[in-house]
Parts: sequence; C-alpha cells; structure tokens
Amino acid sequence: MRALDIKLWRDMLRLWPQALAIALVMAAGVATLILGVGAYDSLSTTRQRYYEANGFADIFASLTRAPASLKSDIAAIDGVAAAETRVEEIALADLPGMAEPASVRLVSLPEGREPALNRLHLRSGRLPAPDSYEAVASAGFAAAHRLAEGDSLRVLINGRQRDVRISGTALSPEFVYALGPGALMPDDRRFGILWMPEHSLAAAYGLDGAFNQVSLSLVPGVDPDMVIDSLDRLLQRYGGRGAHGRADQQSHAFLDAELHQLRAMSRILPPIFLLVTAFLVNMTLSRLIALEREQIGLLKAMGYSSLSVVRHYAGFVTLIAAAGIAIGMVAGSWLGAEMTTLYAKFFSFPFLVFSRNPAVYGIAAAAAYAAAIVGAVKAVREVAWLAPAVAMAPPAPPRYRKILGGYADLSGYVRQSSVIVMRHLTHWPLRTLSGIIGMALAVAILVGSLWSFGSIDHMIDVTFRRSDRQDATITFTEARPERAVFNLRQLPGVSAAEPFRAVAVTLRNGTAERRVSLIGKEPGVSLTRVLDGALMPVTLPGEGIVISDALARVLKLRRGDRVEVAVLEGRRQTLDVPVSAIITGFIGLTAYMDLAALNRLLDEDSVISGAYLMLDHAQTDTLFAALKQMPAASFIALQYAAVAKFRETLAQNVTIMITVYASLAAIIAFGVVYNFARVSLSEQGREMASLRVLGFTRGEVSALLLGELAAVVIIAQPVGWGLGYLFAWAMAEGFRTDLYRVPLVVNREVYAWASLIVFAAAAISGLAVGRRIDRLDMIDVLKTRE
Amino acid sequence: MDQPPAPVFRMKDLRKIYRTGEVTVEALRGLDFEAAAGEFIVILGPSGSGKSTFLNIIGGLDRATSGEAWFRDHDLIRANEAQLTRYRRDHVGFVFQFYNLVPSLTAFENVKLVTEIARRPMKPAEALALVGLEDRMDHFPAQLSGGEQQRVAIARAIAKQPDVLLCDEPTGALDSKTGVRVLEALTTVSARSGATTLVITHNAAIAAIADRVVHFANGAIAREERNATRQPASAVSW
Repeated sequence: MRALDIKLWRDMLRLWPQALAIALVMAAGVATLILGVGAYDSLSTTRQRYYEANGFADIFASLTRAPASLKSDIAAIDGVAAAETRVEEIALADLPGMAEPASVRLVSLPEGREPALNRLHLRSGRLPAPDSYEAVASAGFAAAHRLAEGDSLRVLINGRQRDVRISGTALSPEFVYALGPGALMPDDRRFGILWMPEHSLAAAYGLDGAFNQVSLSLVPGVDPDMVIDSLDRLLQRYGGRGAHGRADQQSHAFLDAELHQLRAMSRILPPIFLLVTAFLVNMTLSRLIALEREQIGLLKAMGYSSLSVVRHYAGFVTLIAAAGIAIGMVAGSWLGAEMTTLYAKFFSFPFLVFSRNPAVYGIAAAAAYAAAIVGAVKAVREVAWLAPAVAMAPPAPPRYRKILGGYADLSGYVRQSSVIVMRHLTHWPLRTLSGIIGMALAVAILVGSLWSFGSIDHMIDVTFRRSDRQDATITFTEARPERAVFNLRQLPGVSAAEPFRAVAVTLRNGTAERRVSLIGKEPGVSLTRVLDGALMPVTLPGEGIVISDALARVLKLRRGDRVEVAVLEGRRQTLDVPVSAIITGFIGLTAYMDLAALNRLLDEDSVISGAYLMLDHAQTDTLFAALKQMPAASFIALQYAAVAKFRETLAQNVTIMITVYASLAAIIAFGVVYNFARVSLSEQGREMASLRVLGFTRGEVSALLLGELAAVVIIAQPVGWGLGYLFAWAMAEGFRTDLYRVPLVVNREVYAWASLIVFAAAAISGLAVGRRIDRLDMIDVLKTRE
Repeated sequence: MDQPPAPVFRMKDLRKIYRTGEVTVEALRGLDFEAAAGEFIVILGPSGSGKSTFLNIIGGLDRATSGEAWFRDHDLIRANEAQLTRYRRDHVGFVFQFYNLVPSLTAFENVKLVTEIARRPMKPAEALALVGLEDRMDHFPAQLSGGEQQRVAIARAIAKQPDVLLCDEPTGALDSKTGVRVLEALTTVSARSGATTLVITHNAAIAAIADRVVHFANGAIAREERNATRQPASAVSW
C-alpha cells in the first residue's frame, strides 16, 4: 500500500465519528431517493403488470339498460380492441355480527367463458355455477367476515332477500382500491364485491338479455376521447351516464393519487440531505486540510504533484461517500420493500413487483457522490495549488473583527466568554451559515411532514363537523319523488332527513372539463351545509351553481363566470349556468345547486336521489334492521363509520411516518451539530485548554462551545419554521389531486415538536463532543504552538 | 533581625512517575522545595530535568505520585479536579511560552476574560498600563508583536492579583531585545503585586534577575544559589 493510502486510512480511523455522521446524512439522501423512486416504480410496475395480465379496461360506461345486441355495435367502434358488457348493481347485505347493513357491489360474470376484460384473479374456490345464487367475493371482504366457500350471506337483491353462497374469493384490477359508497378509505368490513352469474343477476334486476355497464379496451395509439364520444352517442338512447377513461375510474384514480404523492416526496427530501452533505463535507474537509497544511507543503516539497494531493483528499471524500451510498442503498432497499409490502396490505394486488432498477441506484449514488465532491472542491482548491514554501509556513493568524465594526461597544454588558462565541461565529460566516441552514433544514423536514396530521384534523373538522354533519346518507336505487323523504322521516331512529338529488354532469370552461356529481339540496338546510372561504354557511342561491375552490381552480372559474353544464343522464341537455359562489371543499370536486332550481333546470318533476339523515343513536339498530328490508334503499353510508375508519388508517400511518421523519431529521441535526462542534473544538481546543489552566472550570469552558452550538441551533429555529412552512406548502401542492386537497394548516404544536426533536438530537451530539472538552490536555498547550 | 516569612510553598520528597505501557519514567525523584511569599525564583535546567513537571504540580495542572506539596494550607497532592481548578483560579497567574491569548479577543478583552472570574481583580486597563500597553488595548493578538502578546499575557496573569505567578519559558519564543522588555514587565508586576514568582527557563542569563536560582537535573534539585543583589532586567542580555 502506498504511504499516502496508509495516511488516508489512518485519517479515516481517527476521524471516523465525523465521517460516519456525514455518511449517515448522505445515506438518508440516498435511501429516500431509492425509497421514493423505488416505491413509485414498484407500485406503478405492479399496477401495470396486473392490468396487463387481467385485461383492465381503458373506457368505462354506465347506462340504464341496453339490449345485449348493442354489444356488437360497441365493439365495432373504430379503435376498440375488445368490449365487454355486464350488469352491475349496488345492494345491501346483512351480515352476522354487524348491526348496520354492509354495501355490496354486485357484478355479473359471463357464463361459460372468461370475461374479455377486467378478469378476476381467483384467490380460492371456483367461479360461481351458471344460473345459481353463488358468488365469488372480493378477498378482503371475505377475510373481514371470515366467509369461506360454502358460507352464505343475505343480500337484498332488487327488493328481495336472497341467500348468496360463496363459491370462492378473488381480486380484480378494477377494485385495487375498493372504496364503498360514501367512504373515505377502503373498509373491507362495510364494503365488498360479489361477482355473480350473469343470468341470475340480470333476471333479478329485470335486465334479461340486457346490460347496464360496458367496458372497452383500445387499440394502442387510439385517442380515447374519440371512442368515448362514439360510445356516448351509442348509449345516449339507453340512458348512458357518460363514458370515461381510466382517469375517472375510482380505483385507478386513487392509485394515481398515491403515485403522485410518492413522486412529490421523492422530489423534496433527497435534495435536502444532499445539500446538507455538501455543507458537512466542506466544513469538515476545510478544517482537516487547514490542520494538514504543513504536511501538504511537505508532500509537495518532496515532489508530490498538486494532483496527487487533490487525489488524496478526494479519496477521503470518496471513502465517506462510499460508506454513505452503501448504507443508503441497503436502507433504501429495505425500506422500499417494507413500504411496498405496506402497499400490498392497503391495496389489493395479487402479486408485487419489487422494482430494483439499477438506474435508480446509479442515479442515487452519482447524486450523492456529486454532492460530496461539490462540498470538497472549495476546501481542496485552496491548498492544493499553494506553493510548497507557502503551504509549509503556518497560515496567517485569523484576523478577528469587532462585531459591527466596534461601533457598538458591548464590553460593559456582555461577558467575554459571550464575546468569544459571537466573534468566532461571525469570523466564519459561511460555516456558521451552513450550520444554521443545516439545522433549519432538519426543523423544516419535521415541520414539512408533521403538519399534515393537524391539517387532516382540520379537514375532518370542516368536512364532517361543520359542513356534512349528517350521520348517514341513504341513496335510492333510482330517482324517486320528493315525498319519499317523508317516508324516511317516519322510520324509527331517524330524527331528521334532508333530500338531495345527484346528477352526473361534465362541467366545462374552455378546454378545462371535469366529470362531477352535481348535488341539488334544499337551500336553508341545517344538516349539510356549504361553507364559504371563511367557513361561514352559505345559503344556496335560487339560481346558478356553487362550486368548490378546488373545482374552481381546475376549471379556472371565478364567481360570476358562466360554466357549461353537460348533463350525462336523462335528456342529456347542455346548459349554460352562472357560478354564483365558490365554497370550501377538501374532498373531491364538488358542485351544488338549489334542489328546486336543479330540477327546474333539468325540466323534471321534483325528484330526489336520496337523503341525508340525522339518527337517534339509541334506535340505530331498529333503523338498520328496517333498512335491510327496504327495497328502495340502494346503499347507506354511515358518516361516523367512515370517519372512524379514516382516522384508524391514518393513525397507523402516523406512527410510521413520525418515526421515519423524526429519524431523518435527527440524523441531520446530529450530523450537523457533531461536525460543527468537532471543527469548532479543533479550532478552539488550544484556547479552551489555556482557559482551563487559567482557572476556568470545565463548565465554563464547555459553555464556549455549547454556547456556539446553542446560538446556531436557536437562530436556525425560525429559519427552519419558515422553510418548513414552504415545504408544507410544496407538499400540499404536490399532494393536490382531484380526489382531495389537503388544507395548509400548520399548528403551533408542529413548530414546537419540530424544534424539540431537533433540540434533543443537537443536545445528544453536543454532549458527545462535550466529553472531549473534559479530556483536553492542559499540559500540552503550555508547550506547543498551534 | 526579622523572622523569615512563613513559606507559601512546601514540597517534601516529591515524586512523579509517568507510566505509559511498559515504560516507566521517573520525572521527579524525591524533591524538596520551599518558597517564601514575594520571592522571585528562576528555575534552570536542561530539557528532561523535571522542571516542567515541577511547574505542572506547583501550578495545580497535575498531581504528584507521592510526597507532600502544599500551597499555604492547600494540599496539592490530595486535591480533586475541582479543588485544583479553584486553586488555579484564585491563586495562580500563568504566563506561557507561546502566550496562549484568545485570538478572538482584544488585549483588553483577554485581560477582562480573567478579571471576570477573579475574586479581587484589578482593572484590566490598569494591568495593561503596568506592562506598558495602555495604547494597544483595542488590538487583537494577530495585530500585536510577539513581545506585545507576551506582555498582554503577563497583564492577564497579574490582573487577578494572584499569590503566585508561574512563567514557563516566558522569553522562549522571543529575541533578546524583546525578551528583555518582557522580563522588565515581569519584574515590575511581580514587585508591585508581591506575588511569589517562579520563572522556568533554560536561559541561564535570566538567573541574574532572581532572588534565588534553583538548578534542576535528573528530576531533582541539583543546587541552589541566592543572588546577593538582583540585577534589573535591562542589564540582562543573551
């Protein structure tokens, strides 16, 4: 081994804690990049493979009823590769051990053949026997209710109670994210899918020789919008409710939102760690090189070239980077696998493709190494090209300056130990600034991640306590006269009922358009309210449409603008309606109208789609029993159950997320404080030992270093809060999808927790360095020149 | 005739053994020493004679392995870490070979740094005037010459009005002319404060300014001599 290489290894052995601290920060950057990109890749590849293997459709459409013969016309549309028709309905199921009814989606399976599209992945058992009341149940639903082959459950099928026998369990690419009506999170207990033989289901709903749903796959390269238009034209006379692509398919859209979030995360976190890495490498290497200035001069005097000196220090950085990259890759791969497994639990995939894309690893390694080299360049450049004679001479002593040029004489008020701290910090402004920015980023990571919990609370509070305050929402199988609401009010346990009408529409402004459910409500209702920007209830105006701020944003609409409303059902009118108010809405894209105005606009009688209910909780069991028998009820969504499930899912994620982010922030805080302290101690060790000789106690001497650290950490807090708010904003923007919008609410507790965690990490590394102060050699300083 | 004043330092059979691994080095081999209040003592000896080890023990920086070492009623052998710190803080002024000033503090502030923790300090400006640096108080160490830095160090040592002034090769890093100015400052403050002053050096020329000269060799005192008359520092050169 060459002598310089031996020196390299010895330096590394001596400086290992500092090198490790830097390597860990770098590892966090590499790991978050691999995790983010890897999980994104895994999830999207898994989805892709699943879709391909099971023939997930490209276009979906629901209609009232069309003859089976229409299928060939549909298949003949230009650009259609395959078409599949079926019967699909929502029904209530009565399950043992559950007072409230569960909702099941009944989906027909063609008999005697595999469906061309959206094929099932059978988990157990077999497909239902033709013409029977057998069903394949979605695997999650079956597991939640311990339903095995041969078990039965009671389902209210088109007004008649039927016993449905389970023949097997399965997964489907259509229901990877299986959300029940009115639910916020998948809930396998309250919602499931039952695939039944086409004949039995069609017969039960009077759809013999007919269908009410169609899915298409496209020839590659075909414009889906053209096919959608042709399909809509074909289905118009059959009560078509507007065909849509995958983007509006619920399960697909939720997976998209998740992928969207993963990408946002993988773009924000890794650069932070790599920036801090560059700071730390610069800080540590500058000091190492300053200490070795004379040795560098000596090496050059002996005939080593500037390049070999540069290579020597680059080797030091490369070793650190190699360690950081290795740790980061292992951690990233492991976390990626864990995260993908979590996804598998949350989403229903039959298999998982772990993405181990070498390119991702290569990019992560290259980015991390580049960050380290960038940090090293300045430090190495300063000394490598010095003439040997200059390098061998001790550097000019640091020239300190009075703070504020000496105009503010603080000597009467401030102790000299504080003056030392202040002068040292201001003498190395770039290093001090790196320290402050590093710590601020640690705080910012925490603020930028912890805020979401408070914000989700705010979202729940606004949505379910101030706006949609109903206990349950009941939806009819088809629109019914408005007086149906009186019958609901007569039911036991119903304290109040407010009717609503839901119409599928496309809202269009120029080229921007969105499919939404336009809800008509009575104007002055108290149970469900619409809220303005200040969260004050708004009375629905007698005319015009009221849209949520999120919808206004995507459609670029303001109050007073006019919007085109294309009705997707009934007579499919296209109307021009003024926007009469913009309201607050976090979940989905919402649009409201006065119920009477909506019916007038559609030129229809007073009909309703369902009602919002307030329940007397003492009598809910009686009510549920009644609802399970009520033929008109298609499904009932329980608000409190939805919110509880939402919170439960969130609570699981909270622990994981806080642990991950707090560890990441602690790594930065520890790395920054440790290196900052070691460098500072290396510079001031001699002074400190001298002060010990002069009679200063350990505490007084430690206070010099700890004071410096405290100043950096404290100044970093407000900076970190500010940066954290920006991160939070960027996350909120990055997470924004049509499905939901996370309000940017950063509570004071978030700032407090972020600072506390960072203080704790800083204190631990401060103490680790403080022990070195105790071991300062007082005798040595008497005899040596620095 | 006056009673001889009670000694401030009393050392008896002082031994110091350094053990590093298998190697044992006996730095002090049963040394006896006394010093009276206000005495100006120069300790001479070649490298390795034990004079620095002696200074470390007398200055409360290190503890002897055996023997007795007393400063008045302070036991320097059995004192713990905190007691030794207290001893240095309250009683000892140090002057180092390489000055050891805090580079980020001005001359005035370097002195003030010590007066802030002293029990009965003089004013920093007064201490600096004693060493002739009243005009350079606002300068940082990097803006002062070596001799000036050492005089700041002397002002810093004396500002707390110590009982003992310990100087380790105070002119070791200086040329003769500058060294003499530093010695002048040292003798002035020593006389003015009445502190017992020990100057360790291997520069024999300095011996002339002392009341007493102690020669070290092989970890023990080889001989002692008393100057009948002390020379002023200005009369010394090397």
